[in-house]
Amino acid sequence: MKPSRGTGTMNFAPVEKINSELFTLTYGSMVRQLLVDNEDNVEAVNTQLEKMGYNIGVRLIDEFLAKTSTTRCSDFRETAEVVAKVGLKMFLGVQATVANWNADGTECSLILEDNPIVDFVELPEQYQSLSYSSMLCGVFRGALEMVNMKVESWFVQDTLKGDEVNEIRLRLLEVVQDEYPFKDDE
Amino acid sequence: MATIFSLVIINKSGGLIFQKDFTETARVDTNEAMTQASIWHSLHAISAQLSPAHGDTGIEMLEADTFNLHCFLAPTGTKFVLTCAPRTAGMEVLLQTIYELYSDYVLKNPFYEMEMPIRCAAFDQHLLNEIRSRS
Repeated sequence: MKPSRGTGTMNFAPVEKINSELFTLTYGSMVRQLLVDNEDNVEAVNTQLEKMGYNIGVRLIDEFLAKTSTTRCSDFRETAEVVAKVGLKMFLGVQATVANWNADGTECSLILEDNPIVDFVELPEQYQSLSYSSMLCGVFRGALEMVNMKVESWFVQDTLKGDEVNEIRLRLLEVVQDEYPFKDDE
Repeated sequence: MATIFSLVIINKSGGLIFQKDFTETARVDTNEAMTQASIWHSLHAISAQLSPAHGDTGIEMLEADTFNLHCFLAPTGTKFVLTCAPRTAGMEVLLQTIYELYSDYVLKNPFYEMEMPIRCAAFDQHLLNEIRSRS
């Protein structure tokens, strides 16, 4: 029986929404504050953003699963599709396309034409190596880890750096099996 | 009219993180509840292994003479266990609603630490409202 998750649009409708500009500007001021706190150490800010995304992801996944009544995906291809079409639509209001699969189906790209977080944003000279939206990569990592998939995620193309589209690479590292509770020696 | 006796939430390592009795008769003391939760957690895991069908995830419902027990396993490993009167309908839907309440009022609470006991007033309130509207 095919799990009926609905399209992202269906799930997007009843979810409480906030003004996208408010969201974008809040994110922007947060990145600005991180840069100040870390004294312009761009690498540290990149790591921090990804970590914050991870912490969001581990909690977000339950909301996603609860509101869409999603059941387990059969393989990584399905997972990528669900993330791109349902997940991103539900939380960011945009959909991504899944492309550039590698030979064993463990790595793919999510192509986002439009990234709402970067509206109105320009990267000045000294912050050219800032991964502005790396929080999104962290969210993927955190959320998928809670459903036993260890992934790595990073930006390959970024519209902030002059590319045409945003491309996020998603690589499946391993599928962790559930541990059974009767191996403890306590 | 449904009669719901209690709700227990178990984290992915088998620890009790939430327990609420909705009727006088079902009161269980916390330590005992913690033991019961870990036993249930192990039983649930064993039942998944015992199942001849591949891909089964463990006990969903237990029927006894005086109560029914419904267990919902979220894909993230958290278990929601509801006990109710025999022949009560709509418990799966209720569990799904409780899962949504958990994702809204527990996980979004910035002071809630993952896998720790749940002490969120908003969750308690919404849960009580939901249970009252069903029984």
